[in-house]
Amino acid sequence: MSAIVAVGDVNVAQNVGFGVIALMMIVAAVRVVSTNDVVHAALWLVLVLAGVAAQYILAAAEFVAVSQVLVYIGAVMVLFLFGIMLTRAQIGGDRDVNNPTWALGIPVAVLLFGVLAWSVLDGVDELPGVNDSVIVDRGPAPTEQLSDNFIGPYLVPFLALSFVLLAAAIGAIVLARKD
Amino acid sequence: MLAANFLLLAAVIFCIGVYGVIARRNAVLVLMSIELILNAVNLNLVAFALMNGTTDGQVFALFVIAIAAAEVGVGLAMVLMIYRNRQSISLDGLSEMKG
Repeated sequence: MSAIVAVGDVNVAQNVGFGVIALMMIVAAVRVVSTNDVVHAALWLVLVLAGVAAQYILAAAEFVAVSQVLVYIGAVMVLFLFGIMLTRAQIGGDRDVNNPTWALGIPVAVLLFGVLAWSVLDGVDELPGVNDSVIVDRGPAPTEQLSDNFIGPYLVPFLALSFVLLAAAIGAIVLARKD
Repeated sequence: MLAANFLLLAAVIFCIGVYGVIARRNAVLVLMSIELILNAVNLNLVAFALMNGTTDGQVFALFVIAIAAAEVGVGLAMVLMIYRNRQSISLDGLSEMKG
């Protein structure tokens, strides 16, 4: 973490890295929702998820980044590829992956982005720490604080989450079973 | 303004995901768009943790990652069941639950 503490006022390398990764993520996300090949969409999604993990590292959240790589790129993508194979998607493009009314999504997305961007830019000055152009070094690794949080104040949600995962695993088996 | 950049990037990814959910007919592609939306929210949570200087946002992001994994598991199992019953995963043909 101390490696990305800025020397001057604005950390140029950090901002350039953010911009490059953000551009890659946006292009890949657009390809996910625009390509006609389901397998290609899954592979573009890998690029988006890897970009998100890289942004977590830029935001000094190493443990979340590692979890992102393990859970999303490791487990969820394998699930997606198995789902694609088992439903026998057309390799090499399918003509009817979009709704007939797909164009309706464009104004909805643009309007929604307008509202979101306006609210972010309007309220951003009141947020704490938003004018820090650099990430300050906050001492020990946040992973230690994370584990303290999980075992401390967030213990009950953590236990509830384990039951949710158990129920989801059993439910998935019951749903997908051939009988 | 780095933290605000995170919020704007998350807004872009979120809107692309919303477009995907509306435009796509293939059920697997709709699930992928939902993943985009969940990742945008996670990016927001981590950016808030960065602004506040605490790790609470990261805890929430980890909770969302776990719930998203469960959601994809159940969702793909449902897609497989729909495919077995109908030989198609087009979402616009699903009208059995219409009253």
